[in-house]
Amino acid sequence: MKNKSLLSLTLAFSLVGLAGCGEKPAAGIAPEKYTDSLFAVMKADRTNYTKLIVKRLGPKGANVIKPDEHWKDIENGAMLPAQMFRAGAEAVADMTDDFTYSLQSLWPINKQNAPKTPVEEAGLQYIVDNPGENYYGEEKLGDVTYFTAVYPDVAVSDACTSCHNDHKDTPKTDFKVGDVMGGVVIRVPL
Amino acid sequence: MFASNDKSDFLIGTATHGHHQIEMACETCHTDAFGGQDALQAACLNCHAQELEDAHDSHPKKKFTDPRNADLLEIIDARYCISCHTEHQEEQTHAMGVTIPEDYCYHCHQETLEQRESHKGLAFDTCASAGCHNFHDNRALYENFLVANANQPWLNQTRISPARNAAQLTAKKNSAGNHHDFSEYISKHQDIKQDWLASRHAEAGINCGGCHSANNSDQWLAKPGVSECRNCHANETEGFMAGKHGMRLSDKLSQRLNPITPAESRLSFKESSLHTQQGCNSCHSAHRFDTASAATEGCLSCHNDEHSLAFMDSPHGQLWQLEQAGEAEAGSGVSCASCHMPRIEEKQNGLNIVRVEHNQNMNLRPNEKMIRPVCMQCHSLEFSIDALADNDLIRNNFNGKPAVHIESMDWALKRNRNHSN
Ligand code: HEC
Repeated sequence: MKNKSLLSLTLAFSLVGLAGCGEKPAAGIAPEKYTDSLFAVMKADRTNYTKLIVKRLGPKGANVIKPDEHWKDIENGAMLPAQMFRAGAEAVADMTDDFTYSLQSLWPINKQNAPKTPVEEAGLQYIVDNPGENYYGEEKLGDVTYFTAVYPDVAVSDACTSCHNDHKDTPKTDFKVGDVMGGVVIRVPL
Repeated sequence: MFASNDKSDFLIGTATHGHHQIEMACETCHTDAFGGQDALQAACLNCHAQELEDAHDSHPKKKFTDPRNADLLEIIDARYCISCHTEHQEEQTHAMGVTIPEDYCYHCHQETLEQRESHKGLAFDTCASAGCHNFHDNRALYENFLVANANQPWLNQTRISPARNAAQLTAKKNSAGNHHDFSEYISKHQDIKQDWLASRHAEAGINCGGCHSANNSDQWLAKPGVSECRNCHANETEGFMAGKHGMRLSDKLSQRLNPITPAESRLSFKESSLHTQQGCNSCHSAHRFDTASAATEGCLSCHNDEHSLAFMDSPHGQLWQLEQAGEAEAGSGVSCASCHMPRIEEKQNGLNIVRVEHNQNMNLRPNEKMIRPVCMQCHSLEFSIDALADNDLIRNNFNGKPAVHIESMDWALKRNRNHSN
């Protein structure tokens, strides 16, 4: 825990530096670098879960687990990658307030994954319009100002597109492999 | 005054039906005068966390902590139980102990009523009150479950309830293995000995000392209580203390209270029962510990409301009486306990444990909680949803078919058909 608060402290200092308040920038991690690094871990875990667990052990592989939205209700049920991702975000929220993250989309299956704030909305649109780029912004929610970064979540295989396109609740049925399907939103309080 | 055990002067308003029994153990919930919402929340969870977990709670706190929800939390702070369940506000408390207006779903789920064909034009105060949704427990109500369990016959007549084995398989070895010589007591109580000989305890080799001794010593204990039963029947006792019959004896209370009597309850009870203190023995009379009698007579000797009084003449009650008379297969009857203290099968350490859920509230309110563990053991999902939504049918103890029909399953099937086309 101590390390984490130290990190947010240097982060705060370096941001003050970036904002150009005339203070000499302290050595520390730039917020983009901080969120980029977090995203790298998230993306690695997400890919590994999808490939090494769902694909390897699911119906397309050994067929010993059943990835399903209602996994809790099924004996061999396993979380979908998006749920695994959210379970990670929720577990992180139990441990620290230093950052939060979520998986969202302009065309969400779960309507609670639609953008809620103007920055989320702008960021998700930006990563769709500018493939390969990330989006960084600042916003005030409640009494707190946040550094908010949005990273593209790309349809890496036809498993992504076929499941989404065929889902009862999807508002979009023509996702293609390579499309930006949504984005990972990471938020750091300043 | 602070030092006194009588805290009634501090009560700021009558507690809900859920908590009125324990309202004098103030510090159970008010653990810290300066702890604020978080201290209260911890107290709620201290008793209710497992229940929420078991219900696959649809709205756990963790769904709301992301700052993107900040503006929603300003309307209803869904991170805290007390935002919707405020205590000591009897005038504002409606069904399920909810103290906010019933259209609360509106604040986050507007788009469903705007976009989903079947839901257009519905009112937001009907989401959770019409048998379709529940804020916490949707295990029997979610769309895929409705579809997966559609079009089943209303009754499965061949269902036999599983035999209980929890005490046999889970009681700690030697927990009632007291073999001190208490023969002087036995010789004085031949009638009791006969009752005991007919009991499952005798069959299992649990002798007098197993219950009538303090901590397995050679000290005779004239009146064993809940804690002696608990030595072998741990999960039953915990269920009992989590429900309305035993909550006053719960270890989780800040102070010990006297066991509840029907006279102190807000329900309707038989005159003759009003002063019976609730413990294990109030339903499981010593020394026979006849579970069949506990499962129905135990209830009906106190409960005196319309639903209870209609039991014996109901189809369930008739089946029960046939079984008791030896005219129907063992396990084919339906007692009060079959529904309100059902047998639950679960795997523990690879064993298939069948235990009786002694928390009567685990399957009571909201009554959708009963659908899977209880009704669906014998009935179809659709029939169960309809029956539980028909208040007249509940009052007459399910004597007849439901006169109401909840359309959720029809809608789910329709959406499913449209989707596959
Ligand atoms: C087996 C079906 C399935 C597969 C495969 C799948 N998803 Fe999803 N995805 C879902 C469901 C269901 C949700 C909604 C989960 C929730 O939040 O309840 C979801 C949520 C999402 C979201 C959040 C927005 C939304 O739609 O609610 C994104 C973004 C997303 N998925 C992208 C992907 C990508 C990229 C892949 C491939 C790597 C993928 N999904 C694979 C079913 C699937």
